[in-house]
Amino acid sequence: MIEARLKKRLGSLEIDASFSRPGPGVTALFGRSGAGKTSIVNMIAGVLRPDAGRVIVNDKTLFDSERRIDVPPEKRRIGYVFQDGRLFPHASVEKNLTYGMKLTPAGLRYVDLGQIVALLDLGHLLARRPGKLSGGEKQRVAIGRALLTSPRLLLMDEPLASLDAARKEEVLPFIARICREFEIPIIYVSHMIDEVSRLADKTVVIHNGKVDIEASRRIAGKDGPTSDSDKTDGSRERVC
Amino acid sequence: MDYLRFSPAELEALRLSFKVASVAVISSLPFGVLSAWIISRMTFPGKAVLNGIIHLPLVLPPVVTGYVLLVLLGRKGAIGAFLYDKLGLSFAFDWKGAALAAAVMSFPLMVRSIRLSFEAQDRGLEKAARTLGAGPVRVFFTVTLPLITPGIITGLILAFARGLGEFGATITLVSNVEGETRTLPLALYTLIQTPGGEDGAMRLCLLAVILSMAALAASEIITHRFLSRMEG
Repeated sequence: MIEARLKKRLGSLEIDASFSRPGPGVTALFGRSGAGKTSIVNMIAGVLRPDAGRVIVNDKTLFDSERRIDVPPEKRRIGYVFQDGRLFPHASVEKNLTYGMKLTPAGLRYVDLGQIVALLDLGHLLARRPGKLSGGEKQRVAIGRALLTSPRLLLMDEPLASLDAARKEEVLPFIARICREFEIPIIYVSHMIDEVSRLADKTVVIHNGKVDIEASRRIAGKDGPTSDSDKTDGSRERVC
Repeated sequence: MDYLRFSPAELEALRLSFKVASVAVISSLPFGVLSAWIISRMTFPGKAVLNGIIHLPLVLPPVVTGYVLLVLLGRKGAIGAFLYDKLGLSFAFDWKGAALAAAVMSFPLMVRSIRLSFEAQDRGLEKAARTLGAGPVRVFFTVTLPLITPGIITGLILAFARGLGEFGATITLVSNVEGETRTLPLALYTLIQTPGGEDGAMRLCLLAVILSMAALAASEIITHRFLSRMEG
């Protein structure tokens, strides 16, 4: 469950966005570059402070300007896959993957290294340093690193934007696999309609910092037929 | 004359210089990192003043710096009297005073080099570490510090070379006592003042050139190695 209401003035851009989603599944934040999508996920992650608003994930209030709650990013348990990967260049792939996992109390972990390595096909990369990985490999490691913190919410900020079409196809199926295997809400930022339609079952269109359209919709997938329902569910029929 | 036949006094000066410069850079390093961090990452009123004070030894005549240290840290000085009464610590005519002079004089070089690394660093990596569950202190020691290592090494070596050659502030603060404060440049100065000291002076001159070149080369090699390890 996610509920976000965010206000922030950034130069000439006035962000004033709210959206919510019950239950797990992929919510896409869709819009042109410069619309404020990245700032919105930064505020959810806690690396950018909103001027006002509220962020609640799974009934846990992470930010509330009225109640003066501002949980620091390291305590939010939100996984964040950055557009540019942001792998630690001085550490091996394996050290990158386990960096956040080791900081997660054992009792809160729902996924282990072996599972992630198998899921994202990272076995042959573990000993290498991020510097020599291909773009697609880097993003898979970044996704794995975020998932290994066993987050209550996963943010993905244009994880495929820096990749060419072939590399995209290398990563997309893995992302689809993640939302099938883990019961966590995912916020997926993109300006590419094909990615959004392949992955998301709810789309929030952001325009000039505001929510333009908030629509829950199912897209034809192997799990079921196309249907256009209103914003509802949290039901189990996820298509991604 | 034989450029490799050092007299015991010259070797003593060399040994002392190494000791003074090493102690100077190692004990000032934590302060150097802290100052560089404050200057590059924080904004507060009076920051320009702090920056100015740190860089002052770079532009002041070294004798002035030495004299200020003497006034502050001499046994009757504002800070020196306290240190002597409470800790029995005295800098006058003592190698520790020479180390202090070298530390103060080389401090701006160290801070500059470390500060440049802080400023060149991708802050995004620190944010990524925060979202992975690391608090600010852990981020500093596991992400920031390892990534600025080349800058720290360069700063250390530059400061070491500067400390090795420190003359003006040293002779003003702790005078020129053989075996205690007569470092390589002071020994060189003494030899130049002594009739018949030319051979010794030339030997120490060459030694100074070789040591400085070696320090620069070491800095280059270590930085290069570090960067290539990061890429591969």
